[in-house]
Amino acid sequence: MKKKLSLLERAAAVPHIVWAVMFIVAPLLFVIYFAFTDSKTGRFSFGNIAALSSYGEIFLVSICFALVATFCCLLIGYPLAFVMSRCKPSTQKLLTVLLMLPMWISLLIRTYSLMTLMENGGLINSLLTAMGLDPIQMVGTGGAVILGMIYDFLPYMVLPIFTSMQKMDPRYLEAAADLGCNSFQTMFRVVLPLTTPGIISGVTMVFVPSISTFYISQKLGGGNFDLIGDTIERQFRYPSTYHVGAAISLVMMILILISIAVMNRFTDEEERGMMV
Amino acid sequence: MKTLSRIYMWLVFALLYAPILVLVVYSFNKGGSFAEYTGVSFYWYSELFHDSAALLSLKNSLMLAVSAAALSTLIGTFAALGLDRMRNRYLKGAINSATNIPMMNPDIVTGVSMMLLFVAVGGWLKLTDTLGFGTMLIAHTTFCLPYVILSVLPRFRQFDKSLREAAMDLGCTPAQSFFKVELPQILPGVVSGLIMAFTLSLDDFVISHFVSSPDFQTLPLYIYNQTAHEVKFSMYALCTLIIIAILALLLLVNFAGGIGDRTKKRKEAVK
Repeated sequence: MKKKLSLLERAAAVPHIVWAVMFIVAPLLFVIYFAFTDSKTGRFSFGNIAALSSYGEIFLVSICFALVATFCCLLIGYPLAFVMSRCKPSTQKLLTVLLMLPMWISLLIRTYSLMTLMENGGLINSLLTAMGLDPIQMVGTGGAVILGMIYDFLPYMVLPIFTSMQKMDPRYLEAAADLGCNSFQTMFRVVLPLTTPGIISGVTMVFVPSISTFYISQKLGGGNFDLIGDTIERQFRYPSTYHVGAAISLVMMILILISIAVMNRFTDEEERGMMV
Repeated sequence: MKTLSRIYMWLVFALLYAPILVLVVYSFNKGGSFAEYTGVSFYWYSELFHDSAALLSLKNSLMLAVSAAALSTLIGTFAALGLDRMRNRYLKGAINSATNIPMMNPDIVTGVSMMLLFVAVGGWLKLTDTLGFGTMLIAHTTFCLPYVILSVLPRFRQFDKSLREAAMDLGCTPAQSFFKVELPQILPGVVSGLIMAFTLSLDDFVISHFVSSPDFQTLPLYIYNQTAHEVKFSMYALCTLIIIAILALLLLVNFAGGIGDRTKKRKEAVK
């Protein structure tokens, strides 16, 4: 039997629907509108999208940087999550807090603190000079930008993987060992498939901010590296380039949505619900 | 093997915290350089407290975070109620996907899309300065909404429907049964949504960067502008203070969580 809904229950979502249409859907329509109109005449044009061909290299560099950073985070984070999940429950609680604390500290502060270490007059180079060695130029190299991404986003990789490992029944590991798996086989045939949802969630949470960052490349790249984020940010400083900026944003958004959709194909419906 | 893996784990954590610790330690160095440590001093802290722009941005940040958290919790809680009762599956799916867009999209895209909306609408209405507190409030409320809904909706799902019927049988109107019976039950979800919205708003830089004007600066924007050209040791002091505040908040939440657990356990014992 279906109960009749009260007025409150029927109207409750209306403010949110209005809000979402006005401030989530409409802004995206404006991005599309700006991307397909000419900045001078205001008429429909493919000019902005066509102009993107000159940004091909920037897209390529950004994607490479983000992929390398994501891969390194996975390489460092996966064993870390595994070791964490083998600890005593009380230690695990402490470790979770330790892992989440950096996530609470602003990205600006974390990137800035990393820069203070790596700068030309920073701590590492001051120590090197004090020991009589030549200072190393770190800020302004591609490695520094990638290191910044790894440092800033590593907790976002570890946390979802750690959560999916905590959910894993430890008896699976015993069963695998009983059935004759060595530790490598257990790792690749049992643990890895069971934690795939966590990996996918972690990869998304590292890749998306890495590909769209502009603060990290500004601070640690020393202005030598233009990533997609920097380019978009620069286009939106002056109204005359809003249209090109909108076109770049649109392409990046579509790229990201496609890659999220592709990655989600690796997990089935039920697991996807748990990921969020 | 076990010792080796433990060493690996603590090494990664040490590297994760090293830059932050260095920043905290050097915020007490009056010399203003890494070459020498001239002893503990609060010089940069007093410098900071004489900086009226920093204090103003802190006030702006808190004001914005409180308003955005309140507004998004209000809209989000009722949205969760509506979504929980909604029978049209397609409408529900559409609303859910639209709500989650700010969570999936990179912040920079959310930021520029809102900026384009505000600039275009402001242009049509012939407003001179569209960007400011109002646009910041709208943007922050929008990106907080999915998190509020995500934390409240499961509470509605867990709620025992027969309690509502009992309340109505005992003479409550639907509104009374919602406010007197259901709301107290879902309150933990509402509170955690509120706290999450508050911290998200306080922390946001990227979206604010695009929808703000120089007249209304929040703390992250102030830090961004101050660190744009050169390293300033007063910023180290500010960052240290923020880190201490976060630590205190985290400890408080954990401590309060402990109290919550204890009362829950006591209730279970009574049953």
